[in-house]
Amino acid sequence: MSVTLTLAWRNLWRHKRRSWLTIGAMVFSNVLLVFMITLQFGSYEMMINNTLRAFSGHIQIAQVSYQEQQKMRLTVPQVAELARQLQARFPGIEVAPRALTFVLAASEDRSFGLQLAGVDAAREPSMSTIPGLMVEGRYLSAAGANEIVLGSVLARNLKVTVGDEITLLGTGVDGSLAAAVVSVSGIFDSGLADIDRSLAQILLRDFQSLFAMQDRGHAILVNAPDIAQTNFYQAEIKGWLSSRGVSDLEVLNWEQLNPGLRQAIQSDMASAWFMYMVLIVLVAFSALNTQLMSVLERTREFGIMSAVGVRTSTLGRLVLLESTVLAALGLLLGCALGALVALYFRVNGLSLPGMAEMAAQYNLPPKMYPSLQPMAILLGPLVVFMGCVSSALYPALKLTALTPVSAMRAV
Amino acid sequence: MSNQQSSQLAVRCLNLCKTFTQGETRVVGLDDVSIDIAKGDMLCLSGPSGSGKTTLLNAIGALDTPDSGEVWIENKRIDQLSKGDRADLRMRHIGFVFQAFNLIPVLSAQENIEFVMELQGVAAAERHKMSSAILEQVGMGGLEHRRPAQLSGGQQQRVAVARAIVSRPSLVLADEPTANLDSQNALQLIELFTQLNTEMGITFVIATHDTRVMSYCRRLIRMVDGQVVSDEIRDTPSHPDAGKDPF
Repeated sequence: MSVTLTLAWRNLWRHKRRSWLTIGAMVFSNVLLVFMITLQFGSYEMMINNTLRAFSGHIQIAQVSYQEQQKMRLTVPQVAELARQLQARFPGIEVAPRALTFVLAASEDRSFGLQLAGVDAAREPSMSTIPGLMVEGRYLSAAGANEIVLGSVLARNLKVTVGDEITLLGTGVDGSLAAAVVSVSGIFDSGLADIDRSLAQILLRDFQSLFAMQDRGHAILVNAPDIAQTNFYQAEIKGWLSSRGVSDLEVLNWEQLNPGLRQAIQSDMASAWFMYMVLIVLVAFSALNTQLMSVLERTREFGIMSAVGVRTSTLGRLVLLESTVLAALGLLLGCALGALVALYFRVNGLSLPGMAEMAAQYNLPPKMYPSLQPMAILLGPLVVFMGCVSSALYPALKLTALTPVSAMRAV
Repeated sequence: MSNQQSSQLAVRCLNLCKTFTQGETRVVGLDDVSIDIAKGDMLCLSGPSGSGKTTLLNAIGALDTPDSGEVWIENKRIDQLSKGDRADLRMRHIGFVFQAFNLIPVLSAQENIEFVMELQGVAAAERHKMSSAILEQVGMGGLEHRRPAQLSGGQQQRVAVARAIVSRPSLVLADEPTANLDSQNALQLIELFTQLNTEMGITFVIATHDTRVMSYCRRLIRMVDGQVVSDEIRDTPSHPDAGKDPF
C-alpha cells in the first residue's frame, strides 16, 4: 500500500468516534435509500406487470407500422400458427394471438364505440389478467360461439348484463360491412378506467369470421418470464423471425408500445428523488463538517508537509482521498445492510394496512416486493458517495490557499 | 561577482527586505540583508528573538517571499517562482529541520521518510532501501516502525534530519533544531549535522540561540532588528569534537 493511502487511512482513525458517526450517518441514509429505492423499483415492476398483463403484454409482433397506424389491413398472416411455432421455439415465454379493431356496439338502449379484441380463449388466461377479473358471468369459452366479455364501465354505459345481446357494427378487412349479434358472457373490472370503459373481447375465430380476416390477426403478444428479460426475448424473437425470412413484421417491447407508462414512472422517480436529495444533502453536510474539522485541526501539519515540498494540490488530493475512503466505507456497509433489508422484504413482502383488501379488488398481489436489481441497490448509495466526496472539495480547495509559514504558526 | 565565483555559491541573498503587520504595528523582519553562502558551508544565524533569523531562513528556503530583493539558490532565482515550483524546489533541493520535530504523527519513522520520497516518484523498493539506510545513518536503526509518539525528542529530531537529507539536498535549513532537546541529544544532533556536512558536502544554515551549536559552525552571522550586524568566518570550528561520529 502506498504511504499516501496509509496516511489517508490512518488520518481517518485519529478521531474514531467522529469518523464512525459520519460513517454511521452514511450507512443509515444508504440503508434507507436502498430500501426505499428497491421498494420503488419493485412497485414499478408490479405496476408495469399489471398494466401490461391487463392487455398489451411485454412484447408484440405486428406488421411494420401497425403500432403507429392501427389500420385493419396491416395484418399478420396465419397468426395462430405463427404463435404456436413461436411458443414451440421459446417454451419459457407465453404467447397469444390477437386481432383488434374499433366497432360500434349497440344494446337495446344505447350505442357506444369500443375496441374489440379477438383472442384465443385457451391462451389468454396465461397472457392477460382480464380472464381472472370477471365480476359477473364467465370468461370466453373456446367451445362457445358469438360470445363477448366487456368492461364494467362499458357494460354500465350500454346498460347490459350477462346474457344480454349486443349488436356489433364495423368494417371488414376487405372494406365490407361487418355486423354480428353477440351475447354477453361476462363482465370484467380491471380497475383501469380506460380498459373498463372501452374494451371488449370475443373469440379470435369469431373475429376472423366477422371481419373477413381468414387466418389473419393483428398481433402476437408475448410475455417474458420476467419483465427484466424483455429486451433479451425481443432480440431473440427478432433473430428467429429474421432466420425464417420474415421481414414485414416488427417486434416491439412494452416501452415502445406504452411510451406513456415509462414517462409516468420517470415523473414519479423525479418527485421521489427530490426527497432523497434532501437526505443526501444532509449526509453530505455531515461529511463536510467532519472533513473541515479534520483539515482545520491539522493546519500546522499541512504547513509542515507543504514546507518539506508537498504541493498544496497534493494536500487537497489527500483530503479528497480521505473523504473517498470514508464514503467508500459508508457505501459498502450501507449497500450490504440495505441489500439485506431489501432481501428480507423480497422474501416476506411488505404489507401496509388495508393494502391487501384494495389489491385483491384489482387482482394485484397483496404485498409489495422490493426489486433486487443491482441498479436499485447501488443507485442511492452511489449518489451519497459522490455527494460526500464532493463535500470534501471545499476543504481541499481551502488547502490550495495554504502558505507554509502561516500554517506552521497555527496552534 | 564572476560566473566561477557564483557557481561556488549555495545561496545568494541580495538586499532582502520583509515587513510584517502585527495589528496596527509594522514589524521589520529583514532590512536590506545581503549574504552569500558557499557550497558546503556550515553557517549559524544567531541573534535575539525577533532579529530576523527565521524570516531569513524562510526566505532562503522558499517558504516565504521577501517584499523586495533577490534570493538565489545555486544560480537559480527563487523569489519569483510560482507556489508549485517553490514546493518542488523545497522537495528536491532543500531539507528542513524544525524546532518542534514536525513529524507526521500517524506515520512510523520509516513512513515519514518514505512519504516525501513517494511524492518524489521514487519506487517502493528503492524508497524502503534508502529510508532504512538513512535511518541507520542517523542512528535510528531498529526503530523504523515506531511512530513519533513512541520516540524520544532526540530520536524524533534524528528522524526529522533523516527526512531532510534523504533526497540528498544540497542545502539543509534548521530552525532552532536543538531548542527542544536535552544537552546530550542536542550535542548528538549538531555532531550529526557536522558529519553530514563533512561527509556529504551538504550546506547547513542553522538559526539558533544555542552557543554549543554555534561552536560547531565555521561561519557565524549575527542579526539584530532584521539586519546583519556581524559575519564571522572561522578556519576551523571552535568545538574540539566537531566532525566526529556522533553515534
